[in-house]
Amino acid sequence: MTTLTDPPRAGFRLYLLFNDTRYRSLTFQAIALMLLIFAFAYLGSNLFRNLTAAGLNISYDFLGSSAGYDINQRLIEYDSQSTNARAAVVGILNTLLVAFLACVTATIFGVIAGVLRLSNNWLVSKLMAFYVEIFRNIPVLIWIIIIFTIMTAVLPGPNKFRGDSATASMVLDMFAFTNRGIYVPAPTWGAGSSILVLTFIASIAGIFAYRRYTTKLLYDTGRLLPVFWPSIALLLMPTILMYFVLGRPVGLDLPELRGFNFQGGLKIGGPLIALWFALSVYTGAFIAENVRAGIQSVSKGQTEAALALGLRPGRVMNLVVLPQALRVIIPPLISQFLNITKNSSLAIAVGYADVTATLGGITLNQTGRAIECVVLLMLFYLTISLSISAIMNVYNNSVKLKER
Amino acid sequence: MSNFQTNPVAFVREGMIPSAPPPYTAGGPIKWLRENLFATPANALLTIVAAYVIYLVLASTLPWVLNGVWTANSLAECREILNGTSGACLAVLTERWPQLLFGFKYPSDQYWRPALAFALLFVAVAPVLFFDLPRKLLTITALYPFVAFWLIWGGTILAPILALVGCVGGYLVYQRFVKGSFAIGFFGGIAAAFVIWMVGGALIPDGASENSILTAIPSRDLGGFMLNMMLGVTCVSLSIPIGIALALGRQSRLPLIKIICVVFIEFIRGVPLITLLFVANVMLAYFFPPNSSVDLFLRVVIMITMFSAAYIAEVIRGGLAALPTGQYEAANSLGLDYAQAMRLIILPQALKISIPGIVNVAVGLFKDTTLVSVISMFDLLGMIRGPILASTEWNGVYWELLGFAALLFFVVCYGISQYSQWLERRLATGHR
Repeated sequence: MTTLTDPPRAGFRLYLLFNDTRYRSLTFQAIALMLLIFAFAYLGSNLFRNLTAAGLNISYDFLGSSAGYDINQRLIEYDSQSTNARAAVVGILNTLLVAFLACVTATIFGVIAGVLRLSNNWLVSKLMAFYVEIFRNIPVLIWIIIIFTIMTAVLPGPNKFRGDSATASMVLDMFAFTNRGIYVPAPTWGAGSSILVLTFIASIAGIFAYRRYTTKLLYDTGRLLPVFWPSIALLLMPTILMYFVLGRPVGLDLPELRGFNFQGGLKIGGPLIALWFALSVYTGAFIAENVRAGIQSVSKGQTEAALALGLRPGRVMNLVVLPQALRVIIPPLISQFLNITKNSSLAIAVGYADVTATLGGITLNQTGRAIECVVLLMLFYLTISLSISAIMNVYNNSVKLKER
Repeated sequence: MSNFQTNPVAFVREGMIPSAPPPYTAGGPIKWLRENLFATPANALLTIVAAYVIYLVLASTLPWVLNGVWTANSLAECREILNGTSGACLAVLTERWPQLLFGFKYPSDQYWRPALAFALLFVAVAPVLFFDLPRKLLTITALYPFVAFWLIWGGTILAPILALVGCVGGYLVYQRFVKGSFAIGFFGGIAAAFVIWMVGGALIPDGASENSILTAIPSRDLGGFMLNMMLGVTCVSLSIPIGIALALGRQSRLPLIKIICVVFIEFIRGVPLITLLFVANVMLAYFFPPNSSVDLFLRVVIMITMFSAAYIAEVIRGGLAALPTGQYEAANSLGLDYAQAMRLIILPQALKISIPGIVNVAVGLFKDTTLVSVISMFDLLGMIRGPILASTEWNGVYWELLGFAALLFFVVCYGISQYSQWLERRLATGHR
């Protein structure tokens, strides 16, 4: 008769490190750690030797010194005497500006194209399929350059607007499309305009309150109040009334041809337009596919069930289809926004002063601080990406199907 | 009743009447038009707007293209031939054709080499893409990288042969030891290949590339669409194995390995490709040993490969996560170890699920190879924006050149995505 005893405690053997599951994972991790340290040490020593050989060092002092170059497109005060750090901030703001604009328009293009691609209309759906395929299969850099070429080579110069034999004219006397950029009317804020803005914000808050009230009324009593027209009225009426009561505080500064160029109004530079529009149509094609997939992912039974309950088609869309489709659409939509932000770095190809062009372009070339500039540039993009991913994770968790 | 008897009906139909044809509006093209184009007034309006848009686009481009001039030596000559009428100056494509394809520095008497490499690419890729072809053709695929390298760069034939011998040696070692343990076979194979390359590299005489059959051509002379193709093919094929390793590492239970993979993937995916190209251009050289000259092409290949490997890793991770846990448990219960389970059970299924995603990454990467024009490499777009548009003959021929580049990329990318859809249907053998 045998009794169960502890296995003989054999002495530690070297091969146990590889064959015994107790040690194996530690062994592999130790090897990986050693390889990692070795790789970093090797690269670091190479870097150090190369830098000493070239007489360089790593230092971020250049950020405080004067940049010495001008930036056309800027959102904050900047001149060539400003520091490199301020030039980088101007670039960051420009990146965020074009990314924000492109995100908004790309979403509009994408939703329209995605919905129309599912249209019953054969011609329209084929046209939208064509749009999606054309833009998805051609590099965005080519689109940026094509639109930039339209801006600079096709649009007329300001001198074509002058004189009796003018070959070009302003659209509605408000917009001028020239090869130096697009001039649009700029609002001028007179006395009392802050009250006007406050009124507008208050009326938007009013709409939300009204909508909440109608929902509550519906749930409590079953009475259904109209929502759409009262909302429109709430949005516009107080502001328009206030506008006249205050004596028209907000005016428009129209662009006007004076001398060799347009004066007044707001100038949107050609590079910004090219980048904005190209990123919008390019990413719009991707968003269109996401939107289409999202709508198609809602099973037909859902629509039919909602109709069988007696909901009107508009309510079926709002209450049943859209909430389910949005859960599918929004995560890829946010990663498309991330792509727009990253692709906006192509600004350097058309001379738009985004952060890649200022910090990674001119500052890098003037100061020769390649490593520092590229590291800062990567840190900026990394921060943006990681924060957007964090937002996306929060959203994904909040809309996750609650399953048992 | 009796009335019925006395006045019999005059006529009783005994056969069925053949069904009448439907009203002409309920069939044929008219029905199709009504249902698909003019179902409702709003729909009809959409149709008219769409048709008008199509008309506008065609009316402005078609005559321009059809009226194009194919033979001229400069834009001025082109305009003379057109004589004021609207037309494309397509002569720039015929005159600059070799430059668009091969760049402006590649010796023109050697154009047959990249052209041959390009033709062989199809032969090499065919057995990978189409499973019905005999498996023996994969030998050609395995030999292709060395042949293509020799064809494009030229120089001594000893270099590609040495590389090939190293790979074969590594494979033999792998074959010998894989029965015992996958890890020993795998790392032993890599070590063997490195030893062969080290020893062989010392044996190749210094002046070997001077008098070789094919003239040596430095990387900086490569250009044009060839550069896009080379970057695309090389980086995608290199990044698939790296991507698989990263994806497995990210799923690993070993915390250190997992952290390394996660940091690498998230870092690469968080920055734009252009900053990685900046790294390749201005920064990477500092990390190589002093006095070693790693040319720009290789540095760019390294960075783009890292870039696409991170994206492919995420795609494959999706495939791994999509597999039911039962597959992992079944592999474990059969007594397979980690390497066997992955090679025989998990990866074949996970890769099949990931194919559409991998193709998407490949298409995106191929499009992104145009970005190298920003760091002054003369790829197709770099050629167009640099030497061709800047030349006195062709200054101002924007649309023909940009349209050509767009068309070329469209054909390749659309072709790849169509292939991926075909493959998806082909591989749809799972449960329905």
